[in-house]
Amino acid sequence: MSSIRRIKPLDFGAEPMVIEVGPSHPAMHGITRFQMQLDGEVILSMDPEIGYLHRGFEKEAENSRWHQIMPYTDRLNYVSPLINNVGYALAVEKLFGVEAPTRAQYARVIMCEISRITDHLTCNGASAMEVGALTVFLWFVKAREYLWELVEEVTGARLTTNWARIGGNANDLPQGFLEMLEERLALTEQTVVEGETLILRNKIFLDRLKDVGILSKERSIEHGFTGPLLRAAGVPYDIRREDPYLVYDEMDFEIPVGTTGDCLDRFLVRQEEIRQSIAIIRQAAAKMPPGDFHCRDRRVWVPEKRDTYGNIEGLIDHFKIIMDGPKPPPGEAYFPVEGGNGEVAFYVVSDGGGTPVKCRVRPPCLNYVAAMPEMCVGHYIADIVPIFGSINMIGGELER
Amino acid sequence: MSEENKPAQEQAGEQQAAAPQKPEPPLTRLLRNNFGEVVLDHHDQHGDETVVITRERMLDVFSFLRDDHRCSFSLMMDLTAVDLMPRQPRFELVVHLKSIDLHHRLRVKVPVSEDSPEVDSIRDLWIAADWYERECHEMYGIKFKGHPDLRPLLLYEGFQGHPLRKDYEKGRQQPLVPLRPVTERYNYGETFHPVPEQPAPGGENK
Repeated sequence: MSSIRRIKPLDFGAEPMVIEVGPSHPAMHGITRFQMQLDGEVILSMDPEIGYLHRGFEKEAENSRWHQIMPYTDRLNYVSPLINNVGYALAVEKLFGVEAPTRAQYARVIMCEISRITDHLTCNGASAMEVGALTVFLWFVKAREYLWELVEEVTGARLTTNWARIGGNANDLPQGFLEMLEERLALTEQTVVEGETLILRNKIFLDRLKDVGILSKERSIEHGFTGPLLRAAGVPYDIRREDPYLVYDEMDFEIPVGTTGDCLDRFLVRQEEIRQSIAIIRQAAAKMPPGDFHCRDRRVWVPEKRDTYGNIEGLIDHFKIIMDGPKPPPGEAYFPVEGGNGEVAFYVVSDGGGTPVKCRVRPPCLNYVAAMPEMCVGHYIADIVPIFGSINMIGGELER
Repeated sequence: MSEENKPAQEQAGEQQAAAPQKPEPPLTRLLRNNFGEVVLDHHDQHGDETVVITRERMLDVFSFLRDDHRCSFSLMMDLTAVDLMPRQPRFELVVHLKSIDLHHRLRVKVPVSEDSPEVDSIRDLWIAADWYERECHEMYGIKFKGHPDLRPLLLYEGFQGHPLRKDYEKGRQQPLVPLRPVTERYNYGETFHPVPEQPAPGGENK
């Protein structure tokens, strides 16, 4: 069982070894570079360097119309794009003061939770694979595939979903979707249990994760941790419960918390959240009311086709929304949602025009990568792999 | 503002606040009672409580917000800036805070002028602000006094201009920067061990 080995000065006067991992390294989940100094295999210091995937999301957003930003939000956290879609839509809806109809909100909850499951499956599957359990990865990816087919059924794409809209969703859930959903959820549940059974009593796996990458409750809070990492450290902080949005206040679910905040806790918290998300989806599907999938506010939603082609007001509304974009009243709004790996929040500022003055997304994994040195120093170099796997760094969101 | 007359002032503040049509939100009132003129403005548009404070005493306000038991803002959620060109002061530092114990949120804004884009670093209060300040520095050119390491985070050494300023054109091309020698790139923070310029000759360690 590994435990943190404190740094001590080198006894025999040798130079510490300088080593770089990344940016193109399979364990770096994309493109992050760590410059490290090693004493033997123990990490003495670490300096993460990011920015290889910076695309200028904010600059692009400031040069786009409000409704043109939606596809860019897919590319932030690309393993749970629907949560970003919905988060952005909710932030702009807050500016407008409009609300999506109840059915659209239930649909959003279902799609967000599906995304959360795929996010956690990707993270846990990949971190299991990186410590040697390839079969678990294959099992979790199989489970993820069931869900991505559901996402494809609704949005037409697996990753670049572009599904939420300001004031509603791009389309209603297709016919027969709820039956398909139940069937797929059962399959996913079964596959996840099978995958877990392979690994959760495996000594090699447990030894690699237990007591590795511990960050205490207090330090986690100070580092601005949110989401599964903060819950693994023992703080039951979940925005779905804390500041309920959509219809989460009508859902009955539990918030799993860990005890020590090590990599194993993070793994287990995510596994439990998958179960809770499945429960939420089942409740939402059962409670789903009939109705519209978008609001009828003329400021945000294009008129019906028969109005566009049938009368001048409809035509003008359509033209203005498409060409100028919806124009929120001047002001600012901050909307946090519970993303796959923490608080994803959009901070939008409007001056009353069709283009945002500022469209900022709070990246939850920025805090995690910033805390990597604190979690890694004193550990063996091999421990970077489970630690970095457990923080679920997503390059698109980290660097925007 | 001295500590002795604080309770009396608070009571007075509560009575005064009841008089106008729209009472001040509780945190704004608390800050106004403790810091008076430091609070320049406030609003609670869309339910987001917001205060605008002066740059000179921002550190006092932030440490009060973190440590006082009525605020107890343990999480520094987000730190960014907004370029409000052509308005003066041009920039606004925007900090979002969240209290885990008391379940409230607050947005704190600090106006920053274009002539001296410099504010105090809140990194010592919340270590989470470290990378956010680095990002804000490179994107808006706002300097954080007291931040030990303002290297570019998402951009690179030698990037010209500040891309999120409104006067930075979207399509602007950057010059090619030459490759840096390897030895210049290392920075190991607190546990720094100097890397020798030249490889040490064999046998020196004896």
